[in-house]
Amino acid sequence: MHNKATVSSGAAAGAVQPAAEPHTEAHPTVIRAENLTKTYGDVAAVDGISFSVPAGESFGLLGPNGAGKSTTMKMIGGVTRRTSGNLHIMGLDPDTHGPEVRAHLGVVPQQDNLDEELRVRDNLLVYGRYFGLPMSYLKPKADELLEFAQLTDKAKSKVDALSGGMKRRLTIARSLINEPRILLLDEPTTGLDPQARHILWDRLFRLKEQGVTLILTTHYMDEAEQLCDRLIVVDKGRIMAEGSPVQLIREHSTREVVELRFGSERNTTISAELEGIGERLEVLPDRVLIYAHDGEAALEQVASRGLRPLTSLVRRSSLEDVFLRLTGRSLVE
Amino acid sequence: MSEVVKANLAGNTELHSRAHSPEVAAAKARRWGAFYYAEQVLRVMKGYSWSIIMYSVGHPVAYLFAMGVGLATLVDSQGAGAFGGVGYVTFVAPALVVSAAVMTAANEFTFPVMDGFKWRRTYYGPHASPLTPQQIAAGHIMAVTLRFLLQSGVYFAAVALFGAAPGGWGWVTILVATLAGLSFGLPLMAYAASITEDKGQFALVMRFIVMPLFLFSGTFFPLDSLPLAVRWIGWISPIWHGTELGRVFSYGYQEPPLLTILHAAVLVGLAVLGWFLTRRQFAARMGQ
Repeated sequence: MHNKATVSSGAAAGAVQPAAEPHTEAHPTVIRAENLTKTYGDVAAVDGISFSVPAGESFGLLGPNGAGKSTTMKMIGGVTRRTSGNLHIMGLDPDTHGPEVRAHLGVVPQQDNLDEELRVRDNLLVYGRYFGLPMSYLKPKADELLEFAQLTDKAKSKVDALSGGMKRRLTIARSLINEPRILLLDEPTTGLDPQARHILWDRLFRLKEQGVTLILTTHYMDEAEQLCDRLIVVDKGRIMAEGSPVQLIREHSTREVVELRFGSERNTTISAELEGIGERLEVLPDRVLIYAHDGEAALEQVASRGLRPLTSLVRRSSLEDVFLRLTGRSLVE
Repeated sequence: MSEVVKANLAGNTELHSRAHSPEVAAAKARRWGAFYYAEQVLRVMKGYSWSIIMYSVGHPVAYLFAMGVGLATLVDSQGAGAFGGVGYVTFVAPALVVSAAVMTAANEFTFPVMDGFKWRRTYYGPHASPLTPQQIAAGHIMAVTLRFLLQSGVYFAAVALFGAAPGGWGWVTILVATLAGLSFGLPLMAYAASITEDKGQFALVMRFIVMPLFLFSGTFFPLDSLPLAVRWIGWISPIWHGTELGRVFSYGYQEPPLLTILHAAVLVGLAVLGWFLTRRQFAARMGQ
C-alpha cells in the first residue's frame, strides 16, 4: 500500500488538460502487477510488465493492436492464467481466487457477448443472477441502469435490434449490475461513430466521479487523454512509458507540432531542407512533422527558406506523438 | 445482520449501495453457480418454448399413431410371439421415448455449445462473472436435463394414453430416457466444445451416428433379429441400452438381471465419462 506510483499535478504551460490529482494514502492499491508475463508457445504476448493502480484512479493501457493490452485485461479479469509474475486484485490472486476476484469487477469485453436471444432488460437480470443477486434487488437496479445507459425505451427490445453504440452501452450497463468498484473496459469505443463515443465517454466520466476505478485499454489517443488520470504506453508486451497524459507529452514531445504535407513523392526528399527547424523532425509517408516549442515560429522559418507545403497545420502535441517518439510507429496503422 | 449492512461495515460498498458485497457474491456463486447458469439456459429455451412443446407433444402422437394404428395392426396380426408376448406398440414405445431424448441431446449439446464458444460467444459473458467454466458446463447440462425430464414425461403420458405401458413401473422410462439422453449427449458435448471451426460436423453426427443408432438399436425389432455383422451397433448404442432398460420397467421384459445391471452401468458410465471430458474441455478452452 505504500509504494504507489505518484503523479505530479504541476500544470505546465500549455497543458492540454488538468493533470491528475496526486494519490494519497486514502486510496489503497486495488490492482498490483509485478513482472506479469503471458506467453503463447514462443510468443510473449505480455512480457514482464509491472504497475499498480490506486482506488478511484482511471488507468489506461495505450498501445496498438497486438500490444498485449487485451491479454493483460484478461489476466486482471481472472479469465486467463498468467505464465509468470505476480498479480493481485483487491489483495487476491486471480489464479487461486478467480470467483472472488471476478465478484469485485465489472467487465466490458472487447467483443460484445450479450445474450442476443434475450431481451434487453433480461440481459441485465440474468447477468445479475450470476452474482447471486436477488430479483428484488435486480429489477429496480436493471431499470436504473437502463436509464443510465439511455436504453429505457428499448427495455423490451431484442438485442439484435440495437445499434452498435446501444449494444456497447448495454454491455456497460450489464457490467455495473453488481455495483463493482473496479470496471475493466477493453477498447470500449472501438467501432463506434463519434457521437456514440461521446455519449459513452460521458457515462464513463460519471462513473469516475462516483469513485469507480476504471481500467481501460484503447488505441485512441483522444480517448486516453479524455479518460485517463494515468496510463502506460504498451508495445510488444512491454511498458514503454508511464505517467499522466500531460506528463508523458511533456517528457516525450514538444509543446507544439507543425504538420506539413508536400505530396507523398516529396516528403522524404524535402526533409533535408527542413533540418534545423524546431527540435526534431519526423518524416512519415504522408507528412513531415516538426516538433517545436513555438509552432508558428517554426512555420515562418519554413516559409523563409522558400518552401511551400501543400498544407500546413500547427497543433498541440498529443499522445500520438508520444507513441511515435517511443516506438517509431503510429498508433492506428 | 443483513448482507447489505455487513457489506457496508466491511467498507466494500457505498452506504447507499444495495448490492451485496463481492465476498457474498463469490460465496453464493461458488455454491449455486451451476444453478444460476441453468436459469439463463432455461430463459433462452423459454424463447423457443413453443417449438419445444410442439416437438414434445407432436413427436409422440405422430409416432404412436403411425406405429399403433398403422404398423401394429399388420405386425400384431402375425402373432405377438416375436415381441415377447406384448403388442407391437407396447414393444416399440420405450424405444421411442428413449430415442426422442437422444435426438434432443444431439441438438441441445451441439449447436448451443458452438454458440457459446464461437458464434455468439454466450459463454464468455458469464465467464467474466464469478462463475467457473465447470459451472457453466454443469448449468447447461442441468437445464437440458430438465428438458429431457419434461419431454419424456409428456411422451410417457402419450404412451400411457395409447395403453402401451401396462405395468405399474412404466414411469421409470422417463428417468431411463433422461439418462440415455445424457449418456449420448455428454460425450457429444465434450466433442462440440473441442470444435473450433464449423465444417458441418453436427450434420454428420446426425446422419451417420444418430440415425443408424436410431434404426439399429432394437428400436423397431429385437436386436437379435439383425445379423451379427451389424448387431454391435446396438451393443455400443445408448439407445439400445436405454430401450432394453425401459422395456424391463415398462412391460416386465424378461432378461438376465445381470444384463439389466449392465444396461444401467453402460448408460451411467458413458454419462460420467462425458461429464469429465466436458469439464476438462470447458476449463481448458476458457482458461487460455
